[in-house]
Amino acid sequence: MNGSHRRTMWILILSPPVLLLAALLIGRYGVRPDQALKALFGFDGASEVLRSLIVRVRLPRALAAACIGANLSVCGAAFQGLFRNPLVDSRILGVSSGAAFGAAIALLFSASAVAVQASAFIFALVAVGLVVLIGWRFGASTLVIVIGGILTSALFNALLGLIKYVADPLSNLPAITYWLLGGLSGSRWTVLPPLLVISGFGLTFFALIRWRMNLLTLPDAEASSLGVRIRPLRIAVMIAGTVMVAASVAIGGMIGWIGLVVPHVARAAVGPDHRLLIPASAAIGAATLLVLDTVARTALPSEIPLGILTGLIGVPAFFVLFLRFLRARGAAR
Amino acid sequence: MKLAAEKICYAYIRENDVLHEVSLSVASGNILFVLGANGSGKTTLLDCLSGVRVPRSGQVTIDGARLADLSLRERARRIGVVPQMHEPIFAYTVGQAVLMARAPHLGLFGRPGKADIQAVEEALRAVGIANLRDRPYTGISGGERQLVLIARGLAQGAGCLLMDEPAAHLDPHHQQDALGVVGALADDGFSFVVTSHHPNNALLYANEVLFLAAGTPVVYGPPRAVFTEESLRTTYGIPFDIVRTDMGIRAILPCVRHRRSTI
Repeated sequence: MNGSHRRTMWILILSPPVLLLAALLIGRYGVRPDQALKALFGFDGASEVLRSLIVRVRLPRALAAACIGANLSVCGAAFQGLFRNPLVDSRILGVSSGAAFGAAIALLFSASAVAVQASAFIFALVAVGLVVLIGWRFGASTLVIVIGGILTSALFNALLGLIKYVADPLSNLPAITYWLLGGLSGSRWTVLPPLLVISGFGLTFFALIRWRMNLLTLPDAEASSLGVRIRPLRIAVMIAGTVMVAASVAIGGMIGWIGLVVPHVARAAVGPDHRLLIPASAAIGAATLLVLDTVARTALPSEIPLGILTGLIGVPAFFVLFLRFLRARGAAR
Repeated sequence: MKLAAEKICYAYIRENDVLHEVSLSVASGNILFVLGANGSGKTTLLDCLSGVRVPRSGQVTIDGARLADLSLRERARRIGVVPQMHEPIFAYTVGQAVLMARAPHLGLFGRPGKADIQAVEEALRAVGIANLRDRPYTGISGGERQLVLIARGLAQGAGCLLMDEPAAHLDPHHQQDALGVVGALADDGFSFVVTSHHPNNALLYANEVLFLAAGTPVVYGPPRAVFTEESLRTTYGIPFDIVRTDMGIRAILPCVRHRRSTI
Protein backbone atom coordinates (compact mmCIF):
# COMPACT_ATOMS: atom_id res chain seq x y z
CA MET A 1 0.00 0.00 0.00
CA ASN A 2 1.88 3.09 -1.16
CA GLY A 3 1.13 6.76 -0.62
CA SER A 4 -0.74 7.40 -3.85
CA HIS A 5 -3.04 4.44 -3.17
CA ARG A 6 -3.74 5.77 0.31
CA ARG A 7 -4.70 9.20 -1.05
CA THR A 8 -6.93 7.60 -3.71
CA MET A 9 -8.55 5.50 -1.01
CA TRP A 10 -9.47 8.57 1.08
CA ILE A 11 -11.07 10.29 -1.87
CA LEU A 12 -13.02 7.13 -2.71
CA ILE A 13 -14.20 6.53 0.85
CA LEU A 14 -15.36 10.11 1.28
CA SER A 15 -17.23 10.37 -2.01
CA PRO A 16 -20.37 8.27 -1.19
CA PRO A 17 -21.39 10.28 1.91
CA VAL A 18 -20.84 13.57 0.06
CA LEU A 19 -22.81 12.36 -2.95
CA LEU A 20 -25.55 11.03 -0.69
CA LEU A 21 -26.01 14.48 0.84
CA ALA A 22 -25.98 15.99 -2.64
CA ALA A 23 -28.65 13.53 -3.77
CA LEU A 24 -30.89 14.78 -0.94
CA LEU A 25 -30.61 18.35 -2.24
CA ILE A 26 -31.06 17.74 -5.93
CA GLY A 27 -34.46 17.11 -7.45
CA ARG A 28 -37.52 18.59 -9.03
CA TYR A 29 -38.07 20.59 -5.82
CA GLY A 30 -34.82 22.43 -5.08
CA VAL A 31 -33.67 22.45 -1.46
CA ARG A 32 -31.03 24.66 0.17
CA PRO A 33 -28.39 22.72 2.11
CA ASP A 34 -29.27 24.36 5.45
CA GLN A 35 -32.96 23.52 4.97
CA ALA A 36 -32.05 19.95 4.14
CA LEU A 37 -29.89 19.53 7.24
CA LYS A 38 -32.63 21.01 9.42
CA ALA A 39 -35.18 18.65 7.93
CA LEU A 40 -32.87 15.68 8.19
CA PHE A 41 -32.02 16.15 11.85
CA GLY A 42 -35.49 17.23 12.88
CA PHE A 43 -34.71 20.82 13.93
CA ASP A 44 -37.58 23.24 14.32
CA GLY A 45 -38.24 25.56 11.50
CA ALA A 46 -38.23 22.97 8.74
CA SER A 47 -41.54 22.73 6.98
CA GLU A 48 -43.42 19.44 7.21
CA VAL A 49 -43.55 19.13 3.43
CA LEU A 50 -39.80 19.52 3.11
CA ARG A 51 -39.21 17.07 5.93
CA SER A 52 -41.45 14.55 4.27
CA LEU A 53 -39.69 15.03 0.93
CA ILE A 54 -36.19 14.65 2.30
CA VAL A 55 -36.69 11.99 4.95
CA ARG A 56 -39.50 9.91 3.46
CA VAL A 57 -38.71 10.12 -0.26
CA ARG A 58 -35.16 11.12 -1.07
CA LEU A 59 -33.27 9.58 1.86
CA PRO A 60 -34.47 5.97 1.49
CA ARG A 61 -33.94 6.15 -2.23
CA ALA A 62 -30.39 7.50 -1.87
CA LEU A 63 -29.61 4.85 0.75
CA ALA A 64 -30.93 2.15 -1.57
CA ALA A 65 -28.79 3.47 -4.43
CA ALA A 66 -25.66 3.51 -2.25
CA CYS A 67 -26.28 0.01 -0.85
CA ILE A 68 -27.15 -1.54 -4.20
CA GLY A 69 -24.16 0.08 -5.91
CA ALA A 70 -21.83 -1.15 -3.18
CA ASN A 71 -23.33 -4.66 -3.12
CA LEU A 72 -23.21 -5.22 -6.87
CA SER A 73 -19.64 -3.91 -7.11
CA VAL A 74 -18.23 -5.81 -4.14
CA CYS A 75 -19.84 -9.04 -5.37
CA GLY A 76 -18.55 -8.39 -8.87
CA ALA A 77 -15.01 -7.97 -7.51
CA ALA A 78 -15.35 -11.03 -5.28
CA PHE A 79 -16.71 -13.25 -8.06
CA GLN A 80 -14.08 -12.11 -10.56
CA GLY A 81 -11.43 -13.25 -8.10
CA LEU A 82 -13.29 -16.40 -7.11
CA PHE A 83 -13.78 -17.57 -10.70
CA ARG A 84 -10.35 -16.25 -11.72
CA ASN A 85 -12.07 -14.55 -14.61
CA PRO A 86 -12.12 -10.78 -15.06
CA LEU A 87 -15.19 -10.94 -17.31
CA VAL A 88 -17.50 -12.37 -14.66
CA ASP A 89 -20.06 -10.31 -12.76
CA SER A 90 -22.54 -10.91 -9.99
CA ARG A 91 -25.05 -12.46 -12.43
CA ILE A 92 -22.88 -15.51 -13.15
CA LEU A 93 -24.74 -17.67 -10.64
CA GLY A 94 -28.17 -16.95 -12.10
CA VAL A 95 -29.23 -14.53 -9.34
CA SER A 96 -30.64 -11.91 -11.69
CA SER A 97 -32.52 -14.38 -13.87
CA GLY A 98 -34.10 -15.93 -10.79
CA ALA A 99 -35.03 -12.51 -9.42
CA ALA A 100 -36.50 -11.43 -12.76
CA PHE A 101 -38.67 -14.53 -12.89
CA GLY A 102 -39.74 -14.08 -9.26
CA ALA A 103 -40.71 -10.45 -9.78
CA ALA A 104 -42.51 -11.25 -13.03
CA ILE A 105 -44.62 -14.01 -11.52
CA ALA A 106 -45.65 -11.70 -8.65
CA LEU A 107 -46.46 -8.91 -11.10
CA LEU A 108 -48.48 -11.36 -13.19
CA PHE A 109 -50.82 -11.71 -10.23
CA SER A 110 -50.74 -7.95 -9.61
CA ALA A 111 -49.17 -8.45 -6.19
CA SER A 112 -48.13 -5.62 -3.85
CA ALA A 113 -44.68 -4.02 -4.01
CA VAL A 114 -43.52 -5.89 -0.91
CA ALA A 115 -44.72 -9.20 -2.39
CA VAL A 116 -42.89 -8.49 -5.67
CA GLN A 117 -39.71 -7.77 -3.74
CA ALA A 118 -40.08 -10.91 -1.63
CA SER A 119 -40.81 -13.09 -4.65
CA ALA A 120 -37.80 -11.68 -6.55
CA PHE A 121 -35.57 -12.29 -3.54
CA ILE A 122 -36.80 -15.83 -2.99
CA PHE A 123 -36.49 -16.90 -6.62
CA ALA A 124 -33.01 -15.34 -6.84
CA LEU A 125 -31.97 -17.62 -4.00
CA VAL A 126 -33.76 -20.59 -5.58
CA ALA A 127 -31.76 -20.05 -8.77
CA VAL A 128 -28.47 -19.89 -6.89
CA GLY A 129 -29.48 -22.87 -4.77
CA LEU A 130 -29.94 -24.81 -7.99
CA VAL A 131 -26.48 -23.79 -9.18
CA VAL A 132 -24.85 -24.73 -5.88
CA LEU A 133 -26.69 -28.05 -5.94
CA ILE A 134 -25.41 -28.83 -9.44
CA GLY A 135 -21.93 -27.67 -8.41
CA TRP A 136 -21.92 -29.74 -5.22
CA ARG A 137 -23.19 -32.83 -7.00
CA PHE A 138 -20.40 -32.66 -9.59
CA GLY A 139 -17.38 -31.67 -7.51
CA ALA A 140 -17.75 -27.91 -6.88
CA SER A 141 -15.09 -26.94 -9.40
CA THR A 142 -15.46 -23.44 -10.81
CA LEU A 143 -16.13 -24.87 -14.27
CA VAL A 144 -19.10 -26.91 -13.07
CA ILE A 145 -20.46 -23.94 -11.14
CA VAL A 146 -20.18 -21.66 -14.18
CA ILE A 147 -21.98 -24.19 -16.36
CA GLY A 148 -24.62 -24.60 -13.66
CA GLY A 149 -25.06 -20.82 -13.66
CA ILE A 150 -25.48 -20.68 -17.43
CA LEU A 151 -28.04 -23.51 -17.41
CA THR A 152 -30.01 -22.01 -14.53
CA SER A 153 -30.04 -18.56 -16.15
CA ALA A 154 -31.26 -20.05 -19.40
CA LEU A 155 -34.02 -21.95 -17.60
CA PHE A 156 -35.29 -18.90 -15.74
CA ASN A 157 -35.05 -16.73 -18.84
CA ALA A 158 -37.24 -19.22 -20.67
CA LEU A 159 -39.74 -19.21 -17.79
CA LEU A 160 -39.66 -15.40 -17.77
CA GLY A 161 -40.48 -15.44 -21.48
CA LEU A 162 -43.39 -17.74 -20.79
CA ILE A 163 -44.79 -15.38 -18.15
CA LYS A 164 -44.44 -12.38 -20.45
CA TYR A 165 -46.23 -14.34 -23.15
CA VAL A 166 -49.26 -15.11 -20.97
CA ALA A 167 -49.31 -11.73 -19.16
CA ASP A 168 -52.10 -9.22 -19.90
CA PRO A 169 -50.53 -6.94 -22.52
CA LEU A 170 -52.40 -3.88 -21.21
CA SER A 171 -51.61 -4.08 -17.49
CA ASN A 172 -49.29 -6.81 -16.29
CA LEU A 173 -46.88 -6.98 -19.24
CA PRO A 174 -45.92 -3.27 -19.05
CA ALA A 175 -45.44 -3.62 -15.28
CA ILE A 176 -43.09 -6.55 -15.84
CA THR A 177 -41.22 -4.71 -18.59
CA TYR A 178 -40.73 -1.60 -16.44
CA TRP A 179 -39.58 -3.67 -13.51
CA LEU A 180 -37.01 -5.42 -15.69
CA LEU A 181 -35.61 -2.08 -16.87
CA GLY A 182 -34.55 -1.38 -13.31
CA GLY A 183 -35.18 1.62 -11.10
CA LEU A 184 -35.36 2.80 -7.54
CA SER A 185 -38.67 4.68 -7.58
CA GLY A 186 -40.13 2.00 -5.33
CA SER A 187 -37.56 2.37 -2.58
CA ARG A 188 -39.56 3.53 0.42
CA TRP A 189 -38.77 2.90 4.05
CA THR A 190 -41.29 0.04 4.07
CA VAL A 191 -39.25 -2.10 1.65
CA LEU A 192 -35.80 -0.94 2.73
CA PRO A 193 -34.97 -2.80 6.00
CA PRO A 194 -34.03 -6.16 4.43
CA LEU A 195 -31.65 -4.45 2.01
CA LEU A 196 -30.04 -2.36 4.74
CA VAL A 197 -29.55 -5.30 7.08
CA ILE A 198 -28.22 -7.64 4.39
CA SER A 199 -25.89 -4.97 2.98
CA GLY A 200 -24.58 -4.25 6.47
CA PHE A 201 -23.81 -7.86 7.24
CA GLY A 202 -22.55 -8.68 3.75
CA LEU A 203 -20.22 -5.73 3.39
CA THR A 204 -18.86 -6.36 6.89
CA PHE A 205 -18.20 -10.00 6.00
CA PHE A 206 -16.28 -9.02 2.87
CA ALA A 207 -14.38 -6.32 4.79
CA LEU A 208 -13.27 -8.95 7.32
CA ILE A 209 -12.12 -11.63 4.89
CA ARG A 210 -10.81 -9.26 2.23
CA TRP A 211 -7.13 -10.15 2.54
CA ARG A 212 -7.84 -13.88 2.40
CA MET A 213 -9.76 -13.38 -0.83
CA ASN A 214 -6.40 -12.88 -2.55
CA LEU A 215 -5.79 -16.59 -1.98
CA LEU A 216 -9.05 -17.46 -3.74
CA THR A 217 -7.50 -16.24 -6.99
CA LEU A 218 -4.87 -19.02 -6.83
CA PRO A 219 -5.41 -22.47 -8.33
CA ASP A 220 -7.12 -24.77 -5.76
CA ALA A 221 -4.15 -27.03 -5.02
CA GLU A 222 -1.87 -24.03 -4.55
CA ALA A 223 -4.23 -22.34 -2.10
CA SER A 224 -4.53 -25.54 -0.08
CA SER A 225 -0.74 -25.92 0.02
CA LEU A 226 -0.79 -22.47 1.66
CA GLY A 227 -3.04 -23.84 4.40
CA VAL A 228 -6.38 -22.48 3.14
CA ARG A 229 -9.46 -24.69 3.08
CA ILE A 230 -10.66 -23.45 -0.27
CA ARG A 231 -14.08 -25.08 -0.60
CA PRO A 232 -15.78 -23.70 2.54
CA LEU A 233 -14.31 -20.27 1.83
CA ARG A 234 -15.52 -20.34 -1.75
CA ILE A 235 -19.02 -21.43 -0.74
CA ALA A 236 -19.15 -18.76 2.00
CA VAL A 237 -18.20 -16.04 -0.48
CA MET A 238 -20.75 -17.31 -2.99
CA ILE A 239 -23.55 -17.37 -0.42
CA ALA A 240 -22.74 -13.94 1.04
CA GLY A 241 -22.41 -12.47 -2.44
CA THR A 242 -25.61 -13.90 -3.85
CA VAL A 243 -27.73 -12.91 -0.85
CA MET A 244 -26.45 -9.34 -1.24
CA VAL A 245 -27.17 -9.31 -4.97
CA ALA A 246 -30.57 -10.93 -4.46
CA ALA A 247 -31.58 -8.24 -1.95
CA SER A 248 -30.33 -5.58 -4.36
CA VAL A 249 -32.09 -6.73 -7.52
CA ALA A 250 -35.27 -7.41 -5.53
CA ILE A 251 -35.54 -3.65 -4.96
CA GLY A 252 -33.70 -2.18 -7.93
CA GLY A 253 -34.51 -4.62 -10.72
CA MET A 254 -32.02 -5.36 -13.47
CA ILE A 255 -29.16 -2.89 -13.08
CA GLY A 256 -26.43 -4.14 -15.36
CA TRP A 257 -22.79 -3.21 -15.91
CA ILE A 258 -22.08 -1.97 -12.39
CA GLY A 259 -20.92 -5.35 -11.10
CA LEU A 260 -18.71 -5.92 -14.13
CA VAL A 261 -17.11 -2.53 -14.70
CA VAL A 262 -16.73 -1.00 -11.24
CA PRO A 263 -14.28 -3.67 -10.00
CA HIS A 264 -12.07 -3.01 -13.02
CA VAL A 265 -12.04 0.70 -12.35
CA ALA A 266 -11.26 -0.03 -8.71
CA ARG A 267 -8.44 -2.35 -9.74
CA ALA A 268 -7.01 0.30 -12.05
CA ALA A 269 -7.18 2.80 -9.17
CA VAL A 270 -5.79 0.80 -6.24
CA GLY A 271 -4.44 -2.47 -7.69
CA PRO A 272 -5.64 -6.08 -7.41
CA ASP A 273 -4.99 -6.60 -3.67
CA HIS A 274 -8.42 -7.23 -2.14
CA ARG A 275 -7.40 -5.37 1.02
CA LEU A 276 -7.90 -2.17 -0.99
CA LEU A 277 -9.95 -3.53 -3.87
CA ILE A 278 -12.99 -4.48 -1.77
CA PRO A 279 -13.45 -1.09 -0.03
CA ALA A 280 -12.59 0.75 -3.25
CA SER A 281 -15.21 -1.26 -5.19
CA ALA A 282 -17.82 -0.57 -2.52
CA ALA A 283 -17.09 3.16 -2.56
CA ILE A 284 -16.98 3.53 -6.36
CA GLY A 285 -20.12 1.41 -6.77
CA ALA A 286 -22.07 3.39 -4.19
CA ALA A 287 -20.93 6.71 -5.63
CA THR A 288 -21.73 5.66 -9.18
CA LEU A 289 -25.24 4.51 -8.46
CA LEU A 290 -25.96 7.62 -6.36
CA VAL A 291 -24.99 9.82 -9.31
CA LEU A 292 -26.82 7.73 -11.91
CA ASP A 293 -30.00 7.50 -9.85
CA THR A 294 -30.00 11.26 -9.29
CA VAL A 295 -29.70 11.70 -13.05
CA ALA A 296 -32.43 9.09 -13.58
CA ARG A 297 -34.97 10.99 -11.51
CA THR A 298 -34.05 14.56 -12.53
CA ALA A 299 -32.79 14.62 -16.12
CA LEU A 300 -36.14 14.26 -17.90
CA PRO A 301 -39.69 15.20 -16.89
CA SER A 302 -40.43 11.53 -16.40
CA GLU A 303 -38.06 9.07 -14.77
CA ILE A 304 -35.42 7.26 -16.86
CA PRO A 305 -35.14 3.55 -16.00
CA LEU A 306 -31.87 3.01 -14.13
CA GLY A 307 -30.90 -0.09 -16.10
CA ILE A 308 -30.95 1.95 -19.31
CA LEU A 309 -28.86 4.69 -17.73
CA THR A 310 -26.19 2.34 -16.41
CA GLY A 311 -25.82 1.11 -19.98
CA LEU A 312 -26.00 4.45 -21.78
CA ILE A 313 -23.95 6.62 -19.45
CA GLY A 314 -22.10 4.09 -17.37
CA VAL A 315 -20.41 2.10 -20.09
CA PRO A 316 -18.77 4.85 -22.19
CA ALA A 317 -17.90 6.91 -19.10
CA PHE A 318 -16.23 3.97 -17.47
CA PHE A 319 -14.47 3.04 -20.69
CA VAL A 320 -12.86 6.47 -20.90
CA LEU A 321 -11.97 6.42 -17.23
CA PHE A 322 -10.49 2.98 -17.52
CA LEU A 323 -8.29 3.97 -20.48
CA ARG A 324 -7.11 7.06 -18.61
CA PHE A 325 -6.16 5.05 -15.56
CA LEU A 326 -4.26 2.57 -17.69
CA ARG A 327 -2.37 5.30 -19.45
CA ALA A 328 -1.59 7.06 -16.18
CA ARG A 329 -0.09 3.88 -14.80
CA GLY A 330 1.88 3.43 -18.00
CA ALA A 331 1.13 -0.27 -18.26
CA ALA A 332 -1.19 -2.31 -20.38
CA ARG A 333 -2.11 -4.65 -17.57
CA MET B 1 13.32 -31.06 9.62
CA LYS B 2 13.00 -34.47 8.06
CA LEU B 3 10.43 -35.50 5.48
CA ALA B 4 10.01 -39.20 4.90
CA ALA B 5 7.77 -41.49 2.88
CA GLU B 6 7.44 -45.13 3.74
CA LYS B 7 6.29 -47.55 1.04
CA ILE B 8 3.55 -45.27 -0.22
CA CYS B 9 1.12 -46.48 -2.88
CA TYR B 10 -1.36 -44.27 -4.66
CA ALA B 11 -4.05 -45.16 -7.18
CA TYR B 12 -6.44 -42.87 -9.05
CA ILE B 13 -8.44 -45.90 -10.15
CA ARG B 14 -8.65 -48.86 -7.81
CA GLU B 15 -5.97 -51.54 -8.14
CA ASN B 16 -4.14 -49.45 -10.70
CA ASP B 17 -1.20 -48.03 -8.78
CA VAL B 18 0.29 -44.82 -10.11
CA LEU B 19 2.79 -44.98 -7.27
CA HIS B 20 3.92 -48.34 -5.95
CA GLU B 21 5.86 -48.73 -2.68
CA VAL B 22 7.87 -45.54 -2.95
CA SER B 23 10.09 -44.77 0.04
CA LEU B 24 12.32 -41.76 0.53
CA SER B 25 13.71 -39.53 3.21
CA VAL B 26 15.10 -36.01 3.01
CA ALA B 27 16.87 -34.41 5.97
CA SER B 28 17.81 -30.78 6.54
CA GLY B 29 20.35 -29.48 4.06
CA ASN B 30 19.64 -32.13 1.45
CA ILE B 31 18.31 -31.96 -2.08
CA LEU B 32 16.51 -34.98 -3.51
CA PHE B 33 15.91 -35.06 -7.25
CA VAL B 34 13.07 -37.23 -8.58
CA LEU B 35 13.63 -38.22 -12.20
CA GLY B 36 11.31 -40.17 -14.45
CA ALA B 37 9.57 -40.17 -17.82
CA ASN B 38 6.36 -38.23 -18.45
CA GLY B 39 3.54 -39.91 -16.58
CA SER B 40 5.86 -41.87 -14.29
CA GLY B 41 4.20 -40.45 -11.16
CA LYS B 42 6.56 -37.61 -10.18
CA THR B 43 3.85 -35.00 -9.66
CA THR B 44 1.60 -37.51 -7.90
CA LEU B 45 4.50 -38.25 -5.56
CA LEU B 46 4.87 -34.54 -4.76
CA ASP B 47 1.10 -34.33 -4.14
CA CYS B 48 1.39 -37.20 -1.65
CA LEU B 49 4.37 -35.56 0.05
CA SER B 50 2.52 -32.24 0.37
CA GLY B 51 -0.64 -33.91 1.63
CA VAL B 52 -2.85 -32.84 -1.30
CA ARG B 53 -3.35 -36.54 -2.01
CA VAL B 54 -3.54 -39.28 0.59
CA PRO B 55 -1.69 -42.52 -0.24
CA ARG B 56 -3.84 -45.64 -0.25
CA SER B 57 -1.18 -47.40 1.81
CA GLY B 58 2.10 -46.45 3.45
CA GLN B 59 2.62 -43.12 5.13
CA VAL B 60 4.31 -39.76 4.89
CA THR B 61 5.86 -38.25 8.01
CA ILE B 62 7.39 -34.88 8.80
CA ASP B 63 9.72 -34.95 11.84
CA GLY B 64 8.07 -38.21 12.80
CA ALA B 65 4.53 -36.78 12.78
CA ARG B 66 2.14 -38.42 10.33
CA LEU B 67 1.07 -35.93 7.67
CA ALA B 68 -2.50 -37.21 7.88
CA ASP B 69 -2.65 -36.20 11.57
CA LEU B 70 -1.66 -32.59 10.90
CA SER B 71 -4.13 -29.85 10.05
CA LEU B 72 -3.85 -28.05 6.72
CA ARG B 73 -2.36 -25.03 8.50
CA GLU B 74 0.21 -27.02 10.48
CA ARG B 75 1.22 -28.80 7.31
CA ALA B 76 1.58 -25.53 5.41
CA ARG B 77 3.89 -24.17 8.11
CA ARG B 78 6.31 -27.07 7.58
CA ILE B 79 6.03 -28.06 3.92
CA GLY B 80 5.98 -25.54 1.10
CA VAL B 81 5.04 -26.27 -2.49
CA VAL B 82 6.68 -24.47 -5.38
CA PRO B 83 4.29 -25.22 -8.25
CA GLN B 84 5.15 -25.26 -11.91
CA MET B 85 4.86 -21.73 -13.14
CA HIS B 86 1.38 -20.46 -13.75
CA GLU B 87 0.21 -17.35 -15.54
CA PRO B 88 -1.38 -15.17 -12.86
CA ILE B 89 -4.65 -13.48 -13.85
CA PHE B 90 -4.44 -10.38 -11.69
CA ALA B 91 -1.38 -8.14 -11.54
CA TYR B 92 -0.42 -8.57 -7.88
CA THR B 93 2.94 -7.09 -6.97
CA VAL B 94 5.71 -9.53 -6.10
CA GLY B 95 5.41 -8.45 -2.46
CA GLN B 96 1.65 -9.11 -2.40
CA ALA B 97 2.10 -12.51 -4.05
CA VAL B 98 4.70 -13.60 -1.50
CA LEU B 99 2.61 -12.17 1.35
CA MET B 100 -0.10 -14.75 0.53
CA ALA B 101 2.25 -17.33 2.06
CA ARG B 102 1.46 -15.88 5.50
CA ALA B 103 -2.06 -17.34 5.38
CA PRO B 104 -1.20 -20.40 7.54
CA HIS B 105 -0.03 -18.00 10.27
CA LEU B 106 -3.21 -15.90 10.28
CA GLY B 107 -6.83 -16.53 11.26
CA LEU B 108 -9.81 -16.40 8.91
CA PHE B 109 -10.38 -12.69 9.47
CA GLY B 110 -6.69 -11.92 9.98
CA ARG B 111 -4.76 -9.43 7.91
CA PRO B 112 -0.96 -9.50 7.69
CA GLY B 113 0.89 -7.18 10.07
CA LYS B 114 4.46 -5.96 10.58
CA ALA B 115 5.87 -9.40 11.41
CA ASP B 116 4.41 -10.83 8.19
CA ILE B 117 5.79 -8.00 6.06
CA GLN B 118 9.14 -8.62 7.75
CA ALA B 119 8.99 -12.33 6.84
CA VAL B 120 8.29 -11.39 3.22
CA GLU B 121 11.22 -8.96 3.14
CA GLU B 122 13.54 -11.64 4.52
CA ALA B 123 12.32 -14.24 2.05
CA LEU B 124 12.80 -11.89 -0.89
CA ARG B 125 16.31 -11.02 0.33
CA ALA B 126 17.16 -14.71 0.82
CA VAL B 127 16.52 -15.46 -2.87
CA GLY B 128 18.04 -12.17 -3.98
CA ILE B 129 14.99 -10.42 -5.43
CA ALA B 130 14.31 -7.71 -2.82
CA ASN B 131 14.47 -5.18 -5.67
CA LEU B 132 11.43 -6.77 -7.37
CA ARG B 133 9.07 -6.24 -4.42
CA ASP B 134 6.85 -3.58 -5.97
CA ARG B 135 6.97 -4.89 -9.54
CA PRO B 136 3.80 -6.53 -10.89
CA TYR B 137 4.10 -10.31 -10.78
CA THR B 138 2.72 -10.42 -14.34
CA GLY B 139 5.53 -8.23 -15.68
CA ILE B 140 8.64 -10.16 -14.59
CA SER B 141 10.52 -12.91 -16.43
CA GLY B 142 9.96 -16.64 -16.01
CA GLY B 143 13.23 -17.05 -14.10
CA GLU B 144 12.29 -14.26 -11.72
CA ARG B 145 8.82 -15.73 -11.23
CA GLN B 146 10.38 -19.05 -10.22
CA LEU B 147 12.40 -17.19 -7.58
CA VAL B 148 9.22 -15.47 -6.37
CA LEU B 149 7.58 -18.86 -5.88
CA ILE B 150 10.63 -20.08 -3.92
CA ALA B 151 10.47 -16.92 -1.79
CA ARG B 152 6.80 -17.65 -1.14
CA GLY B 153 7.75 -21.09 0.20
CA LEU B 154 10.28 -19.47 2.54
CA ALA B 155 7.83 -16.80 3.75
CA GLN B 156 5.46 -19.64 4.57
CA GLY B 157 7.96 -20.66 7.25
CA ALA B 158 8.39 -24.12 5.72
CA GLY B 159 11.64 -25.98 6.27
CA CYS B 160 11.03 -28.38 3.40
CA LEU B 161 10.14 -27.25 -0.11
CA LEU B 162 8.67 -29.45 -2.85
CA MET B 163 9.43 -28.17 -6.34
CA ASP B 164 7.66 -29.38 -9.46
CA GLU B 165 10.03 -29.05 -12.41
CA PRO B 166 11.60 -25.74 -11.45
CA ALA B 167 13.72 -25.77 -14.62
CA ALA B 168 10.79 -26.14 -17.03
CA HIS B 169 10.58 -23.27 -19.54
CA LEU B 170 13.84 -21.73 -18.31
CA ASP B 171 16.97 -21.15 -20.39
CA PRO B 172 20.24 -22.72 -19.09
CA HIS B 173 21.32 -19.46 -17.44
CA HIS B 174 18.10 -19.04 -15.46
CA GLN B 175 17.93 -22.76 -14.65
CA GLN B 176 21.32 -22.43 -12.95
CA ASP B 177 20.21 -19.19 -11.22
CA ALA B 178 17.14 -20.88 -9.76
CA LEU B 179 18.92 -24.10 -8.80
CA GLY B 180 21.87 -22.08 -7.43
CA VAL B 181 19.42 -20.43 -5.02
CA VAL B 182 18.10 -23.88 -4.09
CA GLY B 183 21.66 -25.06 -3.39
CA ALA B 184 22.44 -22.02 -1.25
CA LEU B 185 19.21 -22.48 0.74
CA ALA B 186 20.08 -26.15 1.30
CA ASP B 187 23.42 -24.99 2.72
CA ASP B 188 21.36 -22.90 5.17
CA GLY B 189 19.50 -26.03 6.31
CA PHE B 190 16.40 -26.15 4.09
CA SER B 191 15.54 -29.45 2.46
CA PHE B 192 14.19 -29.90 -1.06
CA VAL B 193 12.42 -32.50 -3.16
CA VAL B 194 12.74 -31.51 -6.81
CA THR B 195 11.14 -33.24 -9.79
CA SER B 196 13.05 -32.79 -13.00
CA HIS B 197 13.53 -33.88 -16.59
CA HIS B 198 17.18 -32.88 -16.53
CA PRO B 199 19.58 -35.64 -15.36
CA ASN B 200 22.46 -33.16 -15.69
CA ASN B 201 20.88 -30.79 -13.19
CA ALA B 202 20.51 -33.71 -10.79
CA LEU B 203 24.19 -34.45 -11.34
CA LEU B 204 25.08 -30.86 -10.41
CA TYR B 205 22.73 -30.19 -7.49
CA ALA B 206 21.36 -33.40 -5.96
CA ASN B 207 22.53 -35.12 -2.79
CA GLU B 208 20.28 -38.00 -3.65
CA VAL B 209 18.35 -39.11 -6.72
CA LEU B 210 15.22 -41.23 -7.03
CA PHE B 211 14.41 -42.77 -10.41
CA LEU B 212 10.76 -43.60 -11.04
CA ALA B 213 9.48 -45.80 -13.86
CA ALA B 214 5.71 -46.32 -14.06
CA GLY B 215 5.37 -45.32 -10.42
CA THR B 216 7.90 -47.83 -9.15
CA PRO B 217 11.33 -46.87 -7.78
CA VAL B 218 14.16 -48.00 -10.07
CA VAL B 219 17.10 -46.83 -7.95
CA TYR B 220 17.54 -44.45 -5.03
CA GLY B 221 20.83 -43.10 -3.77
CA PRO B 222 23.62 -40.56 -4.29
CA PRO B 223 24.17 -39.47 -7.93
CA ARG B 224 27.44 -41.34 -8.47
CA ALA B 225 25.74 -44.58 -7.48
CA VAL B 226 22.46 -44.26 -9.38
CA PHE B 227 23.56 -42.85 -12.73
CA THR B 228 24.30 -45.99 -14.74
CA GLU B 229 23.54 -46.77 -18.39
CA GLU B 230 21.17 -49.45 -17.16
CA SER B 231 19.15 -47.34 -14.72
CA LEU B 232 18.78 -44.54 -17.28
CA ARG B 233 17.63 -46.99 -19.92
CA THR B 234 15.08 -48.56 -17.58
CA THR B 235 13.79 -45.14 -16.55
CA TYR B 236 13.49 -43.46 -19.92
CA GLY B 237 13.32 -46.43 -22.31
CA ILE B 238 16.19 -45.20 -24.51
CA PRO B 239 19.98 -45.67 -24.30
CA PHE B 240 22.18 -42.96 -22.74
CA ASP B 241 25.89 -42.14 -22.90
CA ILE B 242 27.51 -41.28 -19.61
CA VAL B 243 30.49 -38.99 -20.10
CA ARG B 244 33.09 -39.73 -17.45
CA THR B 245 36.28 -37.83 -16.70
CA ASP B 246 38.81 -38.22 -13.93
CA MET B 247 36.55 -35.83 -11.96
CA GLY B 248 33.74 -38.37 -12.11
CA ILE B 249 30.58 -38.23 -14.23
CA ARG B 250 30.49 -34.96 -16.18
CA ALA B 251 27.42 -35.33 -18.39
CA ILE B 252 24.56 -37.58 -19.35
CA LEU B 253 23.46 -37.52 -22.98
CA PRO B 254 20.93 -39.54 -24.97
CA CYS B 255 22.67 -41.83 -27.50
CA VAL B 256 22.04 -40.75 -31.06
CA ARG B 257 23.68 -43.11 -33.54
CA HIS B 258 23.35 -41.05 -36.68
CA ARG B 259 24.43 -37.50 -35.94
CA ARG B 260 23.54 -34.95 -38.60
CA SER B 261 26.98 -33.36 -38.39
CA THR B 262 30.32 -34.49 -37.11
CA ILE B 263 32.34 -32.46 -34.67
